[in-house]
Order: sequence, then C-alpha cells, then structure tokens
Amino acid sequence: MRAINRQIKPGPRLLLGALPFLLVIIAYLAGSAIRLADNPSDKLLPALTTMADAIDRMAFTPDKRTGEILWWVDTVSSLARIGVALAFATVISLVVGIAVGLLPIMRALMSSFIAVISMVPPLAILPILFIMLGLGETSKVTLIVIGIAPVMIRDLALRTEEMPTQQLIKAQTLGASTFGIVQRVVLPQLLPRLIDSIRLNMGPAWLFLIAAEAIASESGLGYRIFLVRRYLAMDVILPYVAWITLLAFLMDYSLRALQDRMFPWFAGARAS
Amino acid sequence: MSTITIRNVWKEYDERVVLERINLDIESRAFVALVGPSGCGKTTFLRMLLSEEAPSKGEILIDGKPLAGEPTAERGVVFQRYSVFPHLTVLGNVLLSLEFERGGFFARLFGGARRKAMEEARAMLDCVGLAEHEKKYPAQLSGGMQQRLALAQTLIRKPKVLLLDEPFGALDPGIRGDIHALMRRLWNEESLTVVMVTHDLSEAFGLATRVIAFERPRLDPVDGDRYGAVIKEDIEVWPRRIAGADSPHRTPVLVSNSPAPGLDDPAASKGLGQDDLALQA
Repeated sequence: MRAINRQIKPGPRLLLGALPFLLVIIAYLAGSAIRLADNPSDKLLPALTTMADAIDRMAFTPDKRTGEILWWVDTVSSLARIGVALAFATVISLVVGIAVGLLPIMRALMSSFIAVISMVPPLAILPILFIMLGLGETSKVTLIVIGIAPVMIRDLALRTEEMPTQQLIKAQTLGASTFGIVQRVVLPQLLPRLIDSIRLNMGPAWLFLIAAEAIASESGLGYRIFLVRRYLAMDVILPYVAWITLLAFLMDYSLRALQDRMFPWFAGARAS
Repeated sequence: MSTITIRNVWKEYDERVVLERINLDIESRAFVALVGPSGCGKTTFLRMLLSEEAPSKGEILIDGKPLAGEPTAERGVVFQRYSVFPHLTVLGNVLLSLEFERGGFFARLFGGARRKAMEEARAMLDCVGLAEHEKKYPAQLSGGMQQRLALAQTLIRKPKVLLLDEPFGALDPGIRGDIHALMRRLWNEESLTVVMVTHDLSEAFGLATRVIAFERPRLDPVDGDRYGAVIKEDIEVWPRRIAGADSPHRTPVLVSNSPAPGLDDPAASKGLGQDDLALQA
C-alpha cells in the first residue's frame, strides 16, 4: 500500500505523537547522566533534581533581597507586556487592515508605505526606541507592536480584499452604507481570521519581547534568562524556556478554542 | 412600475469591444432571460444593470431615470455563488436586509422594531420554504436552499428590479425544478421586473416572458475583437406569460372534467407545435 494511503489508528497515533517528546527527554537524561558521572559539578546539562531545586527556589521561595517570588514577578511582567502589545497591534491592524483592504483611497495612500515599513527590521530600530522612549515599558511594548503590526495589517488587508465581490455588491443592493458594510459584513467575517493572524504572530511577539527584556529591563522572563546566563545557570534557564513554551502554547490553544466557540460558522465557511 | 430602457449601450475594455449597439426596452414586470455562448457579454450586461460597471457609451434608464453610479436597493441581485453571508444564520441573513434598511448608522435593530423585523423575516422564510432552517448557517444548507435564502434576503427589500446571474446553474436538476416553481411564484406575487442570465435554454424558455440571445458576429476573424456581441435574437415567449395571471403554459385539464394525464401518458395537446420550447414549462 502506498504511504499516502496508510492510515494510522487512534491508539498508535497518540503513541507516535508522544514519541519525539520522549526521545528528546531520554536523550537529555542520558546526556546529563554521562556528563554528571564525569564531573558532578557540571552545569551544562543539570539533572532533573537540580532543576527541581531551582524551580523551588525561583517559583515557591521569596527572594531574599526583595521578598518577591521572582518566577511570578517575571511571568506577570512579561505577560503584561505581550498582552498590551497584542491589544495595540490587534486594534491597529484591524482598523488599518480593513481601511486598506476595503477603501480604494486608503489603499492608494497606505499600501506601498506599509509594504516598505514591514521590511524594516524591528530589532535594528530597538536602539532608536530606547533613545526616544527611554528604557521603560513603552519602548518594549512599542518594539513588539512595530514588529508584528505591519505583518498583521498586510494579512488582514489581504483577507479583506479576498472577500468575494459578490458579498459587497449584495450588501449594497440591500441598501448598506460603507460603515454598515464594515461592521455587519466585513468586520464579523474578519474576526476569526484575526485570531489566525494573532496566532501566527505570537512567535514573533515573544521573540521581540525577550529581545527587548534581554537588553534593558528589571524583570521579565527574558530578563531572568539573560541575567542568570552569566552564572551558566542552566538549571534556571531550562525551566524558564519550558515555561515560556508552555505559556505560548496555552495562548495559542485558547485562541483556537475561542475561535471555535465564538465563530461556529467559520469552519464551514472556510471549507467552502 | 419599473421599465428598463437601454439606449445604444457599448462596453469596451481597452482594445476589446464586449458589447455594441445594445438597444432594449424592457417593460414593467417582464421576465427577461439573457442567453448566449460563454464570453458573449451577458454577465457584463448584467453588471452594467447593477452599476457594478459603467457602459462605455450609451445609457441605461430605469423608469426614465438614469441608473445610479453604484448598486442601490432598487435593484436586487442573486449570484450563482457567494450570495448570502456565511457568518449569519438563515434568519440573520434575512434580518440583515431589514437592518440595513431601518437600522440607521449602526445597521442594527433593537426591541420592538427588531421583533417586528424578525416576524417579517420569518414570514419571508416561510414563503421560500426555509422556515424550519432559520437557525442554520449557510454552510449547513444545500445549494438550492442557499439560493432560496438569497432570494428571500433580496426580495424582503422589495426591489423594483431583480437581477439573476446564473442563479440556478450549479443546482441538481431535481432541485432546480423546485426552485423554478418558487421563482415563477415569486415573479407572479411580487411587483418585479426580472432579468436573468442563464446558459440553460430550457430554463430561459421555461421561466421568461422574453428570451434575448447575445452573439458576437465573426465578420472577419482578423479583427474579431473589434466587434462586440450584439442582440442576435429577441423572442417573445408564446403564449404570453403575464405576471400575476394564470400561466397559459399549464395543462388546462385541471379545470376540465377529464382526468389529468399521468407521467407516462402522451402529452395532452395544447394546440402548439411539439417542438415549441415553451412546452417545457
């Protein structure tokens, strides 16, 4: 039987899905055991117990100097930054994306400008942001917004343009105004596609967040990783990376769940 | 009353002439079918009636007044595809028409006005046979049901002119028969002038009062693109169908005492030639 026709039963499918994870974990444990047998004070691949100690120290014990629990302080400040940035990027890209996608005058005005702006490497202008906006929260949030908003604008403008002309004509024959079409026809159909766009841009958003935190910050997940790097504290870095991955995964998962729940028509409309 | 007058309309794209010298008077409550080979410009013609495109020359008048430069509520339309809004339920789709009409700036109705509009929308859905599907989304409906919904959504705005762009072309033959019956009924009941583009001749003769064929003459193949399609045939379907009156195309046996012929019986004579396409109605 051809490989393209060989279907996998649910049980083996679950097993196969888990296999890469298991392999990575086994490889890590084996490597760690070998290195630690050689040199018990090796820092590169700490044992699980060492990491558990570090997690306990970071996430469940108040810091001696500040009395705060660093893990949660870092998580809250990182999530706040990325949340505010995503909110700004969402609003900007919806407004500009619909305007550019729907209104010929806005398309003529903005489309080449956006095409050029989205090619500016955001990290290259990070120093400019720090100089102009200072080292506070504004410059970090701005970096994320500048990093993802142009891409989201272009995405949503394209999604708006690819809506069938027939729908827009039909709405006009029902007597709709431009604003009526925007808010009853275009916007509701764009929202689930906006969620797709946010999901795809979540990776870049985290990238820019951690880059900004690494350079100038007093708290945050990226800040902590780059801080403890000086002491080769892999026992802290690895759990932090896993935690960031989990957070990103949960955000992605809840966005998908939100899409299914709020837009039940979308799966069928996308299929047709 | 809604007559359509087309005066010497031409449509050209750059070097290519699509339509030329189109002159047509469509009387109020007529049902005109436009037929012709692919690429003969019949859809372009419909687009001009919609104001989706403007004629290069000539003018189009409705009730003696020039067409508005953009689509308006006096001309309703049903396309072959994408005629309904996928993000709204069946009821929501019909309600949206009324919300665009009466909902003001935000195109939304509340309270009593909304309840009244919902009643009207339900009555319209009942009329096209979709009453029990009002909570479904268009993707859950069959092609025929989607087109019924598109008709309901358009007709609730009471357009003077209904434009149909191959609306039943993608449907199964059986379903098409049902929707033809619905179309006939709506044309009889509503005050409508209908212009329908179709490539199905039996559909054209089965529904219309007048069938107009476009054709591109091939006088000289070398400069073929310099000749647009013209009206090749303009056939009045006979005996005349009159909106609101009993169709002359039904077998008269229903009023006589003789039993109606069964499906396998020879067709009852109607005093027409057997080759008359009108018999297929």
